[in-house]
Amino acid sequence: MNEIKDAALAAENGRNKESIGLRGKLQGIPLIAWLIGILAAAVLEHTFGKILAAALDMEKIPVLFGLTVILKEPVMIPKAAIYGVLIYGIPIFTVAWIFRIRSAGNLLAENLLKLPLIIPTLIHLGIFYAALHIWSDLSAYRVLTVKLTLIAVMMTLSLNVINGYMGEFSCSHPGFMALGAYAASAFTVGLFADDRLFGAAVLPEVLGPYLFPAGLVIGGFTAAIGALVIAIPSFRTRGDYLAIISLAFLFIVKSLLENLEVVGGPRGMSSQPDYANLPTVFTWCVLCVWIINNFVRSILGKALNAVRDDETAADAMTINTRRTKMIAFMFGAFWAGVAGGLFAHVLRYVNPATFGIQKLAEVLAMVYFGGLNSVYGSIVGAVSLSMLSEALRPLEIFKWIIIPLLLILVMIFRPTGLISFTEFDPRRIMGPKNRKEGEV
Amino acid sequence: MALLEIINMTHFFGGLRAVHDYNLSVEPGQVRGLIGPNGAGKTTIFNLITGIYRPSQGTILLDGQGIVGRQPYQIAAQGLGRTFQDLRLWRHMTVLEHVKLARYSKLSYGLIGAFFGTPKRHAEEAATEKRAYELLEMMQIAHLSDQLVTNLPYGAQRRVEMARALATEPKILFLDEPTAGMNPEELIQMMAIIRRVRDDLGLAIFLIEHRLKMVMELCDIIQTLVFGEVIAEGTPEEIQNDPDVIEAYLGKEVVV
Repeated sequence: MNEIKDAALAAENGRNKESIGLRGKLQGIPLIAWLIGILAAAVLEHTFGKILAAALDMEKIPVLFGLTVILKEPVMIPKAAIYGVLIYGIPIFTVAWIFRIRSAGNLLAENLLKLPLIIPTLIHLGIFYAALHIWSDLSAYRVLTVKLTLIAVMMTLSLNVINGYMGEFSCSHPGFMALGAYAASAFTVGLFADDRLFGAAVLPEVLGPYLFPAGLVIGGFTAAIGALVIAIPSFRTRGDYLAIISLAFLFIVKSLLENLEVVGGPRGMSSQPDYANLPTVFTWCVLCVWIINNFVRSILGKALNAVRDDETAADAMTINTRRTKMIAFMFGAFWAGVAGGLFAHVLRYVNPATFGIQKLAEVLAMVYFGGLNSVYGSIVGAVSLSMLSEALRPLEIFKWIIIPLLLILVMIFRPTGLISFTEFDPRRIMGPKNRKEGEV
Repeated sequence: MALLEIINMTHFFGGLRAVHDYNLSVEPGQVRGLIGPNGAGKTTIFNLITGIYRPSQGTILLDGQGIVGRQPYQIAAQGLGRTFQDLRLWRHMTVLEHVKLARYSKLSYGLIGAFFGTPKRHAEEAATEKRAYELLEMMQIAHLSDQLVTNLPYGAQRRVEMARALATEPKILFLDEPTAGMNPEELIQMMAIIRRVRDDLGLAIFLIEHRLKMVMELCDIIQTLVFGEVIAEGTPEEIQNDPDVIEAYLGKEVVV
């Protein structure tokens, strides 16, 4: 026992030594200080971004941190770098640094956490949302990218419940997304829009935004019912059956939608009302992360890990393994359905071709890149890969060389993903980052 | 009435008769042993009773209720805890999580509680954690509670498995070779633990074991199994002197 203690102490000392450097000092700054810094940068860009871009002789402000611009025209690298440093780098670090004075940031974080957890959570989310809103306000492209990224987070996280937490390999996630997208679209288009497929609106348009959540939930449940169809035959035994059956399901859904004229066949469905604005998508994404995180941290959710690691032992420890697997699978599908509903209303157009193998590859890549069995990893994976995929757009076909190459590298050096098997504890994330050195 | 009663249980794997007319009757607080050469069918008997296999014929009564055909998790929740011969721990989980998870069937907060983190869930999980710590204290591994099981020495892993089995609140505990691969020191500790489980919790214990020293010291009644058939049943002294048992283990003397 003493050996373990000694090892822990040694590790602690090592960590303290590391934290003396600049990196350590930055690590001593709590999340809230960074968020306020990001908010400040967003406000700054909103006010002076255009002026600075004009002064630097750029056509417009660099949309995605200048990455798109410099890939198109490498000559712009210095200008984009100056813009990035002045607008993002300096403000964020200055504000965060200010919060280091007399550990103000840590004191703030500490006192916030003394309140019921919901209050600091809402404050953090509020600041983050404000920053996101102000940042994306400058261009429609940014708004779209942010919305699609948030939807990607939902997709990745819900697939991680099945592939990571439960350890089964499911390929049907885009199929669930399609079911959700079509069901939610049918709901809103049928009720609130004049459309060639469903005729005139049934209910007054004013009600639309209020009933939109119901449409998304219907989409989610449609996907969950689809999941039940797969789950009944494939969870009788263990093995690769699920991978095969779910892949088949993906193709069945796709060709079903292509051949159903009621929902527009291969041409798809359009004229979805514009309900999925940024706050709506953000709220649903937060809700998804919150509920999934609650689930996987509960004993009921940990039963998934038990089933994955040793099903016989799970059975012997009173866990109803079949029910556990079915519930988790339907739960994951539900959130894919909700994400699909949002997706359809963000693009305001949906067709079967969207939900094919390519979509599956994207989601799987995000899950395995970010890290299995980790809410944190899924968020990181989804955000980084969707941002990267947008930023690398100018490279056209080479994008599909760089991203897979990155994935291969991650698989070589971290076989379970960047941030795998970690718990997402809101208290720790929002808490003060007190270190011995930081308190001086 | 006996706590666990097995009447004429027979099992075939295809054409192979793995277990033949097996009978057992365990009273509360009794320690029963099952010995026999490798491949005699000892673990098969465990798997038949715990529901992993379904016996071809026969009746199994746990607390007077027939349990043949029930799912393993139902039988476990009814009061039959077990450990495994080849440690079956969940490799990505901590010690504490193992013990908490074994109280799965005792939780009542349901999916709503799991999704939304209701106060009921937090209360139940706190109570579960407290109970889990008590069991870890009993096994003297409470200080390892936040370690991953894969980082523990073998003896400690065995204790985790024991604590996990006890967390299901069994009436009878099945131990499948609890001392396999242990050194003499760990063996003595494990024997002390088994005694304490029996005395403090008043459980009946049914154990498979290869080490005769342990079986002879712990068990009240021992059965000897050879090729799926019980060839002898009795107290440790009787078994030690039974000519059939000696023959099964050492072979028959051949007069040249």
